[in-house]
Amino acid sequence: MSLSTKNILGAKDLNKQDIQQILDTAESFKEISTRSIKKVPTLRGKTIINLFFEPSTRTRTSFEIAGKRLSADVINISGSTSSTAKGENLIDTARNLEAMNPDILVVRHNCSGASALLTQFIKCPIINAGDGAHEHPSQALLDLLTIRSHKGDLQGLKVAIVGDIRHSRVARSNIKAMQTMGMQVRVVGPPPLIPVELERLGVEVSSDLSKSIKDVDVIMVLRIQHERQNQMFLSSLREYSNYFCLTAEILAQARKDVLIVHPGPVNRGIEISLDVMEGPHSLILNQVTNGVAIRMALFYLLLGENNANPN
Amino acid sequence: MPTLIKNGRVIDPANKLDGSFDILINDGRIEAVEPKGKISGSKLKGIAEIDAKGCVVSPGFCDMHVHFREPGHEYKETIETGSASASAGGFTTVAVMPNTSPVNDNRSVTELILSQARKTSAINILPIGAISKGLKGETLSDMGELKEAGCIGYSDDGRPVMDSELMRRALEYSRMFDLPCIQHSEMLDLTLGGCMNEGIISTELGLKGMPVEAEDIMVFRDISLLAKTGGRLHVAHISSGGAVDLVRQAKAKGLPVTCEVAPHHFTLTEEACREYDTNSKMSPPLRTHQDIELIKEGLRDGTIDIIATDHAPHDLADKQVEFSKACFGIVGLETALPLTLKLVDEKIITLEKAVDLLTHQPCRLFNLDKGDIGVGKIADIVIFDPQSKYCIEPEKFKSRSKNSPYKGWQVRGQILHTLVAGKTVYSVGNE
Repeated sequence: MSLSTKNILGAKDLNKQDIQQILDTAESFKEISTRSIKKVPTLRGKTIINLFFEPSTRTRTSFEIAGKRLSADVINISGSTSSTAKGENLIDTARNLEAMNPDILVVRHNCSGASALLTQFIKCPIINAGDGAHEHPSQALLDLLTIRSHKGDLQGLKVAIVGDIRHSRVARSNIKAMQTMGMQVRVVGPPPLIPVELERLGVEVSSDLSKSIKDVDVIMVLRIQHERQNQMFLSSLREYSNYFCLTAEILAQARKDVLIVHPGPVNRGIEISLDVMEGPHSLILNQVTNGVAIRMALFYLLLGENNANPN
Repeated sequence: MPTLIKNGRVIDPANKLDGSFDILINDGRIEAVEPKGKISGSKLKGIAEIDAKGCVVSPGFCDMHVHFREPGHEYKETIETGSASASAGGFTTVAVMPNTSPVNDNRSVTELILSQARKTSAINILPIGAISKGLKGETLSDMGELKEAGCIGYSDDGRPVMDSELMRRALEYSRMFDLPCIQHSEMLDLTLGGCMNEGIISTELGLKGMPVEAEDIMVFRDISLLAKTGGRLHVAHISSGGAVDLVRQAKAKGLPVTCEVAPHHFTLTEEACREYDTNSKMSPPLRTHQDIELIKEGLRDGTIDIIATDHAPHDLADKQVEFSKACFGIVGLETALPLTLKLVDEKIITLEKAVDLLTHQPCRLFNLDKGDIGVGKIADIVIFDPQSKYCIEPEKFKSRSKNSPYKGWQVRGQILHTLVAGKTVYSVGNE
């Protein structure tokens, strides 16, 4: 069985079977990363290019390690070193890379829709590693994997996503993916950081953190972006923190078995307090570990089981 | 050579004429309009004939809002290619917006445009001068000089006049020259970085939205200024249902305001942006289904005065990029008729009214002695088949640019002949 899509552009393109298959595959790959020799020959001879037009440590490294653990050759190209700095446009850059016959292109770009644009010109599969404020599907998948491995089943779980929803591709991907898996999503944040008409996606919207977290199974805290302060979305980080920082005091009102996830990087003490971040509910580092497994699964499934070398 | 256009259905709203008439053209002017078969005798010897059986014969269309990009951006369009596009769309007169490079904010640029038009264009090109010098929104342009050089209105189109004081003075000063101020209504502080209508789709796509209030607020501001300033306000490419309502209320109070709508704003919604199709990116943006309904109501009750295309050619390099980086606008001249006829199909307006919105009304608004094919008038005429069906193929457009969201649409209404001053400047299949 293979995925219903040739590219991973967004959670919106993945159906329930796709997501289940990706999570199951990732689950089976987790073990590889615990071996003393963390490498299998599955994708030997395959070439993966990470084309990153935005700074990224976690995601780029995660894709790179995932490719290498499957024995693929992974090449990293960053925005500053690519020809786009010389004025070459995105499409031409990607076409030139494709001329060198990569098997997968992983793209991060600051414009929403950048990966979708490339699929019109590029034949090899594309994984969207974040496009503007649109989607970041592999992040949503690793979040689901993390939640599933602690809760067993995703169906019926309640989630509160807290923070800057407006500018967050992580939130958008998670809303879609979680709804596909039968979860109920609530978003929490100051109204300027909630995009218009979000309720029409079937999402509950709130600005009251304590109330919103009482009945949920999972709290997803998003990074608040400092640069938004000067854009009329935020009065100050201090005030944001007064109302939306997830502290031990607020957490005390949540269910005892609540899980806390955060896509990173964390602003300690602004959106989440240090003790909560490092406390027993937090799965922040599990997420990072699971990220590698998810990306291994995506590479494996996109290149097709038939196409890959025997283990 | 004299020409007889016979057997057609003549729709000439300026003269309230709609029926089977034959039209005799001589020396570039209308010599006779008579009931079918009544033009006879010595007059018919050795003249050219056009059989318009089953077709509509009307004044040539007049588009008061196009961008021909010359001077400055000839790779997108020139006066020559724009005119070819216009005549293929049935237009015999167009008003070109001043956001060229250099900007049409002084006599020498106006004269250059008119001189290029004489050399390369078969249709009537009417320049619109800038409201502010350099379209910078800071100081008034020399409106008198612009009028003397041939401008027929003032606009900073592409950019709104944000400064209320400047807009007030522009409305006042333009009164001296009896020409309208055409406003692209958009509060830029509300649309900064925006690239589509703000709503559920922009939220899903993660694109910065342009809220409908940005349009409404400026329309409201300009209308508010009018009571004291006088002058004539023409609201360009109205796209918001709320703005239509504001214009309706202002008209009821007797204020001198008029407005236009572009065909894309009554045929497409924000849904068209869903796949990040940059040919669906325009300013003002495609709005919602509800806005379209309110625009149709405005067309039905006469709140909306004219149809204008906002023909905005952009080449592939400006459109085949990330959505947020793409230029705003689409070409419109060669799709205006079939899209307008959709309103007739939907029984929003009659065919006669559709012709009126494209001919007599724009000329009345801009005080042009055109859009009228009464005896003695210059013979600017279009002949179209309102029934013939075809598929829109942008690659076949005469325009230098092909940026149209209507590729593949099955439509009705084909231009067969376009005549300017009695001379055929376009014939279908004869290009």
